[in-house]
Amino acid sequence: MKARAKLALFTAVAAGLVFMPSQAQSPAEKVYVPHGKYDEFYAFLSGGFDGQVNVYGLPSGRHLKTIPVFSAYPMNGYGYSEETKAMLMTSHGWIPWGDSHHPELSQTNGVPDGRWLFINENNTPRVARIDLRTFETVEILEIPFSGGNHASTFVTPNTEYITAATRFSVPVPQKDVPIAEYKKYFKGTLTFVRADKPGKMDIAFQILVPGYDYDLAHCGKGPSFGWCFFTSYNTEQAHTLLEINASMKDKDYIAAVNWKRAEECIRDGKYKEVKTKYAHNYRPEDTRIARTEWKTKVKWIIPKECPGVIYYLPTPKSPHGVDVTPDGKYIIGGGKLATVIPIHSFEKMINAIKNKQFAGEVDGIPILKYDAITHCELPNPCLGPLHTEFDGKGRAYTSCFISSDVVIYDYKACKVLDRVPTYYSVGHLMIPGGDSAKPWGKYLLPMNKITKDLFLPTGPELPHAAQLYDISGSKPQFLLDMTELGEPHYAQGIPAEILMEKSLKIFELEENKHPYATKAEEETKVVRKGNEVHIYMTAIRSHFTPDNIEGVKVGDTVYFHVTNIEQDWDIPHGFAILGARTANLLIMPGETLTLKWEPKEPGVYPFYCTDFCSALHQEMQGYIRVSPKGSNVPIKYGTGDEMHVVK
Amino acid sequence: MSWLTRGLMALASLIMIGIYFQPLWKIKLYAPQYPDGLGMIIWVNKITGQKKHDLMNINLLNHYVGMKKIDPDSIPELKILPIIFGFMILFGLVVAATGNTKLLYTWVVLIIIIGIASLVDFWWWEYTYGHNLDPHAPIKIPGMAYQPPMFGCKNLLNFRACAYPATGTYLLALSGTLGVISAAIEFFRRRKQK
Repeated sequence: MKARAKLALFTAVAAGLVFMPSQAQSPAEKVYVPHGKYDEFYAFLSGGFDGQVNVYGLPSGRHLKTIPVFSAYPMNGYGYSEETKAMLMTSHGWIPWGDSHHPELSQTNGVPDGRWLFINENNTPRVARIDLRTFETVEILEIPFSGGNHASTFVTPNTEYITAATRFSVPVPQKDVPIAEYKKYFKGTLTFVRADKPGKMDIAFQILVPGYDYDLAHCGKGPSFGWCFFTSYNTEQAHTLLEINASMKDKDYIAAVNWKRAEECIRDGKYKEVKTKYAHNYRPEDTRIARTEWKTKVKWIIPKECPGVIYYLPTPKSPHGVDVTPDGKYIIGGGKLATVIPIHSFEKMINAIKNKQFAGEVDGIPILKYDAITHCELPNPCLGPLHTEFDGKGRAYTSCFISSDVVIYDYKACKVLDRVPTYYSVGHLMIPGGDSAKPWGKYLLPMNKITKDLFLPTGPELPHAAQLYDISGSKPQFLLDMTELGEPHYAQGIPAEILMEKSLKIFELEENKHPYATKAEEETKVVRKGNEVHIYMTAIRSHFTPDNIEGVKVGDTVYFHVTNIEQDWDIPHGFAILGARTANLLIMPGETLTLKWEPKEPGVYPFYCTDFCSALHQEMQGYIRVSPKGSNVPIKYGTGDEMHVVK
Repeated sequence: MSWLTRGLMALASLIMIGIYFQPLWKIKLYAPQYPDGLGMIIWVNKITGQKKHDLMNINLLNHYVGMKKIDPDSIPELKILPIIFGFMILFGLVVAATGNTKLLYTWVVLIIIIGIASLVDFWWWEYTYGHNLDPHAPIKIPGMAYQPPMFGCKNLLNFRACAYPATGTYLLALSGTLGVISAAIEFFRRRKQK
């Protein structure tokens, strides 16, 4: 009896010890990152209608950086400086705003590798590459024949391609037709963008598909390597009052695209080359000057002419997200109007294709039989299921917009395990690596569309909110409410140690290949070329060279080419001048940036450093004299005692 | 000279070659905004930063208080010292080869003089570096000088500066000690013989 009691006590203590670690810490302790310590994860949240990517640390929820991508950013001059303005060029002209949606980390063998982050722009269809050594946008490619690039930028397991697909079908190619003739003229395109070489982003091919709304995507891995899946809604092909007219059918489709097959068709010449015009903007590492290259053609694959490239998987109802399990075996559709969560089996899909279990065909695309491909329908999940992430331990987490919760389930056994609340109306959700082959299943971050009473009120416009959950234990633990910038549509997370080591501290001045770089104060100069005045300027604590400039006239266009010749981490200098109609420059150590200035009136104008750089920052200022048109004031410049006069 | 002392002298000379490959002194600066510290490394023929741009950044900070820029090209010691030590290495090898005791004593006396002179010169350079301030410096603190320490640490405004001899100096000390031991052995052996 005594021995039994001892055994019972021992068991109880042991069980307690096993259970304790996950629940031992309070939420406050779990999100508290003490001074001198770092967050465990970087989180990249898209900014939605702010057009940017916002970087946070998890679990603290600290906002670390805003990376300007599709919107100009006066804070550092992105989109305004001569070096970055070409990044925002499109076939519609220069556009200072974009709607950034789905960030996706580059992958190697299906696992995020921390080289790049990709993100799409929905409104003026584009995709972008962000270099994760500098956390800067380095490349943007426009997507032609697309009316809203939404199912993007989902990556194939070795970053061979990123996806792009049109959410709003449009006449392809564009033409003036009655809207009511939607069914006759409107088409969709599923685009694959070559993504594994910086500077060489290009459209590999576009698959021409019926005019539905293509919503989201994810690519296969492991057994399903070689395939990508795109959801569609509005298979009703409505063109007005879609909220009713596009919600008629019980099932819409997930398009399963065999991109390996598409590569074969391209190789065998089974494509149609079409002329168009789209922008490719790239900011190379050496000069750091973005240039626009105009591309003029794309390759179209017509499904009828390339059998086996695409199949439709019937999926209930108006599905939104489509997510592939880490093992690559199951495809989960977020049937946003469905009462179940449909889970397709990749193996069954392949068998159904082999056995020709077709329910019909549209435009040469076989429609597979629903019963032949479905693994199960998760019963009574929640209301309004949208997106699914995975924790790598056999559990799936689906966000439910209407019921404002996340449902947690065993996707193999098709059994609901748990659910956690969100505040309110969750859209996307993120687990670090949660859409990859190897999730780091420690945290869950549902991101919400509605905030209401969660924070101090700030008038009618409120920040969006996210909740952080610890999912490492047997029960999810609620940790933190986070405010967000813009409206995050999806996010990515990656362990901090993968990126920290690679993060650049400075640009090496000696490697600066900018044609207007000035690498020493002795090399500074002012050069007139007709009515252009180029000022080769340096900035170092705590002065500009030159800081006195004369000989500029009304009607001149002045270019300040400012090189920050510091070589110390976290010593940027700013540059602003009175009357500049663009923005300031924020110049990193070793970098050259250029501000264009067109003075309108004679006078003497101050310029100054905008980033508090040193104890003598307030003294970091200068003057430029502007003389009337036609005057003959010589060019004169310098800092301190030595003034140079150009004769 | 015995084979033992000749061997020791050869060893002493060969060890001295190491100072061309190892730093003589290290000065480190710490401040809250420099968590990794800034380091200045003194070699027999050059001054470098511990990290790639440290020297530039030390110079940049020093200009606030009016300290002169450290320009290795304008420090004559960095040109003279390699020649002096090169001579001592050759001289030591000659001592070992010839076994001449008088030359041995000369070598020992010379190395002691060179050692002391170098330390005095180094201190004087540090003194000048810390006291010879530009009267137009933006930050002037009455009574404040910025002479870095030679051994150990001291506070210089927001920085804590620490200096210690490095491997090269230890090699020199070892080389000199071997010379002194050789001389002592020879000295006592001679006395015994008399």
